[in-house]
Amino acid sequence: MLRLFFALHAPDGFLSTPVAIATAAISFAVVGFALRQSGRELKDKQIPLAGIAAAFIFAAQMFNFPVAAGTTGHLLGGALAAILLGPATGALVVTIVVVVQSLLFADGGLSALGYNILNMAIVTAFGGYAVFLLARKLMPNNAGGIIGAAGLAAAASVVLSAMAFSVEWLFGATAPIDFDNVFTAMVGVHLLIGIGEGCITALAIGAVVASRPDLVHGIADLDREIVADRSPVPMRTFVIGGILASIVMATVVSQFAVDSPDGLETVAEETGFADQAEEHLLDSGVFADYAVSGVANESASLAIAGFSGTAIAMTVGYGLFFAVGERRRRKPAPA
Amino acid sequence: MAGAHQHLLLPGTSPIHRLAPEAKIVGAFLFAVGVSITPRTAVWAFALNAVVVALAMRITGYRVRQAVVRFAAVLPFVGFALFIPLIAGGDQTQVLGIGLSIEGLWASWNVIAKATLGTGASLVLAGSTPIPDVVRGLGRLRVPTVIVSIVAFMFRYLDLIVEEMARVRVAMTARGHDPRWLWQAKPIATSAGAMFVRSYERGERVHGAMLARGFTGTMPQMDHRAATLSDWLLSAAAGAISLSLATLALLT
Amino acid sequence: MHSTPESVAVEDLTFSYPNGHAVLDQLSMTVKPGEKVALLGPNGAGKTTLALHLNGVLELQAGSIKVNGIPINEDNLSEIRRRVGMVFQNADDQLFMPTVREDVAFGPANLGLTKEQQAERVREALDAVDAIDFVDRTPHHLSGGEKRRVAIATVLAMHPDVLVLDEPTSGLDPFGRRELANLLKSLDLTQLVITHDLPLALELCPRSVIISNGRVVADGPTPEVLADSQLLAAHRLELPYGFSPAAIAQPEP
Repeated sequence: MLRLFFALHAPDGFLSTPVAIATAAISFAVVGFALRQSGRELKDKQIPLAGIAAAFIFAAQMFNFPVAAGTTGHLLGGALAAILLGPATGALVVTIVVVVQSLLFADGGLSALGYNILNMAIVTAFGGYAVFLLARKLMPNNAGGIIGAAGLAAAASVVLSAMAFSVEWLFGATAPIDFDNVFTAMVGVHLLIGIGEGCITALAIGAVVASRPDLVHGIADLDREIVADRSPVPMRTFVIGGILASIVMATVVSQFAVDSPDGLETVAEETGFADQAEEHLLDSGVFADYAVSGVANESASLAIAGFSGTAIAMTVGYGLFFAVGERRRRKPAPA
Repeated sequence: MAGAHQHLLLPGTSPIHRLAPEAKIVGAFLFAVGVSITPRTAVWAFALNAVVVALAMRITGYRVRQAVVRFAAVLPFVGFALFIPLIAGGDQTQVLGIGLSIEGLWASWNVIAKATLGTGASLVLAGSTPIPDVVRGLGRLRVPTVIVSIVAFMFRYLDLIVEEMARVRVAMTARGHDPRWLWQAKPIATSAGAMFVRSYERGERVHGAMLARGFTGTMPQMDHRAATLSDWLLSAAAGAISLSLATLALLT
Repeated sequence: MHSTPESVAVEDLTFSYPNGHAVLDQLSMTVKPGEKVALLGPNGAGKTTLALHLNGVLELQAGSIKVNGIPINEDNLSEIRRRVGMVFQNADDQLFMPTVREDVAFGPANLGLTKEQQAERVREALDAVDAIDFVDRTPHHLSGGEKRRVAIATVLAMHPDVLVLDEPTSGLDPFGRRELANLLKSLDLTQLVITHDLPLALELCPRSVIISNGRVVADGPTPEVLADSQLLAAHRLELPYGFSPAAIAQPEP
């Protein structure tokens, strides 16, 4: 079973206490904002709609889809929720799911709720939605482009979640493992998980766009004709778009891996976090031996990122091409 | 269906079952916090906390086999933890000819001990408290009514949606759909989209039904028996034990 | 009769959904106090849309509705919603609270009643539908017929003058349907029953109205309406095989 095992549902004491407190404070503030914002958007429909949407996300997370050779994965749903309901309601709904899983299903530690909410609900919903808006600008403005953007956003949301966890690890590691290693492993693994998340989310959004486009918050700005335009995105656009997306992702990811530890080290020292982090983190040469391990990791992460990024873009693209094309064949476009 | 989110309630009337839910939530939370902040070298504190958890699970009515199965949620982390000593830096020790990091062994112990104890506390809460009680407990803990109501609605409609999804799955299987690879997952993914549309439309109908009975946007106040002092004392005891152990360990 | 206002008076009601689809087209009808009226018609005729107007869930676009002589408008919505009890087609949409008790108390609580009054209303409403044993159950775990009865109780708890029921017998087994029919017969309220169950209409309602394409196309005593097979066929209605309204004794008014 392909379960997201690092960032998802971390147990009690998995990160240091200061990080648990800091992330709890951030999560509390953001969820408070999301609650108010979603109340403004949904008005007196907030309780029934958000409640049933939370049930939907919860159910979607319980439902397995095939990954490879009969093994299964399951949806995380942060980006899906954000695209369908808007980032505020999306984050709120996933937060509620995460909290309830911790309270009633012993899944994720009660004292780990701060970083679990931040990584699984806030980063995936707001981050995923930001990527969705960005990707829509790059994609053709029709149903195919929306579906492709949703796939990219969902894939990216999982990777962003892994990055968030890695950064938290930098400040609050409880084990002497280099940030570089954690980052590379987390991002690498989650790029793969992101492929599944991206495909399933893209197809699910596609199904909603086909039947009730008015329910998709992320395309509320579009008019009906554009949404109804189901012309498949030309293959060439896909190949070029996929390659571009891969390059962008690879660059972003590798730059982050190469540059950030310096930046984050400074931040960590300035804020005093470095002192609180377990001493071995510095001893074992995360930063001291950076030049050597950094170079090795740079190429490694670049390679992984490049490969996975291409794989994501191509898989999402392929699935989308297939989905849109097939729907078109089945149902001749109305005049 | 993933086994991870089955309802964990153990029907019963043990003293822990009878505690007010809000007191239990606070107790479990404090216990988890206490465990989290305990320094990893304070092995004795973990041992005492383990006794508390074991005792509470016993009173709640867990059998050994049940308890073991339900701890499965932490397995991925245990797997990760066992991996740490192999890759971590620092001083090394030799076990059976394999070089292990001493720091890493401590880290591994830290993750496993805290994850197990924290999960144990959650299992006591989940095993002894029916879902509607947890929702009510949240309400009495002054969690904003909007959130409590959303949680209540979530539980009301969760089983309906899950059953609906399962029926769709059966219908797919009945027509020979047995996906084994991601690229065969399209019917499942589109059914998830269809399920969202149905869920949303249900939400709108429910909203109509609420309006029809005078709903104005805020949930009316109803019920409830509040926790008694003894409820609080008993629940707080678990939290107090782990917190004081943690404090003691931090001081020594 | 002239001195008491009509229980429900709908005049020239016209409604289109946001997507432009017109559902109601200058529909007019009245219901006298204590009358039980069956609303018949094909799917999509506008029956449910009409019902949603009667207690103000849908906003008036054109035309007017009076309940007990009071015109529905923004200011008296809560009063209208108390007077007109709406029982929805799908009981799962109507029973949204964690327990039956809280669900039945939801309406009275919105009316601002005290806890004691709420408890009294819950007891009385569940007694009326013979469901007092379910009071602490979760709606999800009730059978279809039980859910339907509790759904009616949630509305009775608001002490309505008019009961609007949308497809009350759909999805029930024959025994559940019988229990429900007996329950509705026993309730002494003005009732508007939307249904495809023509024998139920005959048994319960002396008067039937057929709505088609958003207009009233027939309005008369139920036995006469159901005896007109051409009228029924023109509006996609059909009596069950072997069922003849003429062979059944007329319902007591």
